[in-house]
Amino acid sequence: MSVTSYHGQAVIKEPIWTWEIPCYFYTGGLAGASAGLACLAELRGNDVLARRAWAAALAGGAVSPLLLSSDLGRPLRALNMFRMFKVTSPMSVGSWILLGSGNAIGVAAANAWLGWFPRLAKVARPVAALLGLPLSTYTAALIANTAVPVWHEARRELPLVFGSGAALSAGAAAIALTPPRDAAPARRLALAGAVLETTTKRMMERRLGEHGDPYKQGQGATYGHIAHACLGLGALLAARRASSSRAAAIAAGALLSAGALSARWSVFRAGFQSAADPKYVVGPQREAIDRGQRSGAARRASRVAQPDPAIGSPATVS
Amino acid sequence: MRPEASAASGLETHAWPGSYGDRAKPRMGFFTDTSVCIGCKACEVACKEWNQIPMSIQGFTGNSYDNTIDLGANSWRHVAFVEQRVSTDAREGDTFAEIAARNGAIDAGVQTYQEGDGIRWLMASDVCKHCTDAACLEVCPTGALFRTEYETVVVQEDVCNGCGYCVPACPFGVLDQREDDGRVWKCTLCYDRLKDDKEPACAQACPTNSIQFGELAELRQRAEHRLAQLAEAGQEKARLYLADEDDGIHGAGAFFLLLDEPEVYGLPPDPVDTVRDLKEIWAAAGVAAAALGAALAATVFGGSR
Repeated sequence: MSVTSYHGQAVIKEPIWTWEIPCYFYTGGLAGASAGLACLAELRGNDVLARRAWAAALAGGAVSPLLLSSDLGRPLRALNMFRMFKVTSPMSVGSWILLGSGNAIGVAAANAWLGWFPRLAKVARPVAALLGLPLSTYTAALIANTAVPVWHEARRELPLVFGSGAALSAGAAAIALTPPRDAAPARRLALAGAVLETTTKRMMERRLGEHGDPYKQGQGATYGHIAHACLGLGALLAARRASSSRAAAIAAGALLSAGALSARWSVFRAGFQSAADPKYVVGPQREAIDRGQRSGAARRASRVAQPDPAIGSPATVS
Repeated sequence: MRPEASAASGLETHAWPGSYGDRAKPRMGFFTDTSVCIGCKACEVACKEWNQIPMSIQGFTGNSYDNTIDLGANSWRHVAFVEQRVSTDAREGDTFAEIAARNGAIDAGVQTYQEGDGIRWLMASDVCKHCTDAACLEVCPTGALFRTEYETVVVQEDVCNGCGYCVPACPFGVLDQREDDGRVWKCTLCYDRLKDDKEPACAQACPTNSIQFGELAELRQRAEHRLAQLAEAGQEKARLYLADEDDGIHGAGAFFLLLDEPEVYGLPPDPVDTVRDLKEIWAAAGVAAAALGAALAATVFGGSR
């Protein structure tokens, strides 16, 4: 695939987001899915697991705003995120979701561990669990709603990848934190998450076709390989040994968490590669025009039959 | 929104977040006629001076006469220089001036043909497009980016918190973060000068009227005649870029007359405001959220405690 370009330069800008953002993709998913896991485990009567999951949700929910603020060009203006609510901006919607779920998680966790806010917690638990679901997937909507081809063209699959990753992250954290005999639901969640994450990401890459090249080379591929290795090893350990050995459970949880984080990094870095090379940006646009699917933004036929030199010529402009 | 601008004219923008009502002005824009650009970079200089933009010396690129490289936080006008070996209707032994004269380029006032060595030089002054459907504005979570009463797109520097969402959202790569400042900056179409009924600094400085400023409706008229004029003179590759309402951004406030494919100048051939896919995007995120909920319930309740 070779395209015409201007001195090989990029057509769109690479994101300016730094390491905090892929880490937030992970912590946000961890917080969101952990809240759901905690709330449901409590309903099932597994309080040991529920308390651990609330702790994981609290950790994710507390770190997330710090990561996001730190990434801002003007961190002291972080509160400007709450000047308005805009559905056309997944970042705006997500800021409100994070605000709501973060507070709800805080109340629920304080209740689970310290017994505080007993009445408020009755409301906070389901609120945290429900808001945790969009908290886990809106980040995919956020990056899908950009001009970066590898993200935008995967707009239907990316939320599934991120949702699976959130399930995996919550399961992995709970495996590591919970005594093995109370961690059966966490093991099931982590294993299901690992399988879904791997399969949905592979499906996304396949559907992307040529757009998906950044997942096959450079850092997009490297982090993808690391994720595969960690998930494979971690899943094996979780399935075979984590139910009997606490040490194995911690190791499995750590490996699966590393896999989930690496998978987020793979998606993040692939976006940079996709934006930096004009072949990914111009190539598909030009092909769609050549195939007649799109008409493009340039037009060669004038809409006036006879040119009037008194109107058209640059010399006539006052 | 301007009452006299009918929907069919394609001149209307979403004046989000609200309408200007009686205070709305006609939509203003740029028509950049690259066929008469001489690459003097007066637009770049005038823009820097008027808007007090920090210097952005990035070294010597070797890419023809272009050392500005691209649009960004500190370059709101960027003159592109393209050197092409032209395969025209050249016959053995023709000088390039003869070819140019034969296909009427000189009579049509096309300044981009250089004599002698068969190199075709394209020059074009690029700028923020002030899109009808502006992705940057729609994704901005703080409302720092807004639509002015002239239907241009401007960043409010006292609001921008440097979240960076607009940077990869722009299909033209116009916006960027200023180092040591943290905020995002771009062309304002000289909003301050417009308020004083003055034309933008770049348009005023342009010595060949390659950059024309005015009411968009009139500029489009002018561009149609210019395109027809060039076509008559044999410039078959001349084209208008972003002059129509049926493209992926519903046309732009700053549009161009180009002499080759857009990508030759570093412009995307089919730019799209991805917000048009927003329903699909939100639906996918919603489905995934529901699936996550189902997966959580299934794993917690489907099996031993």
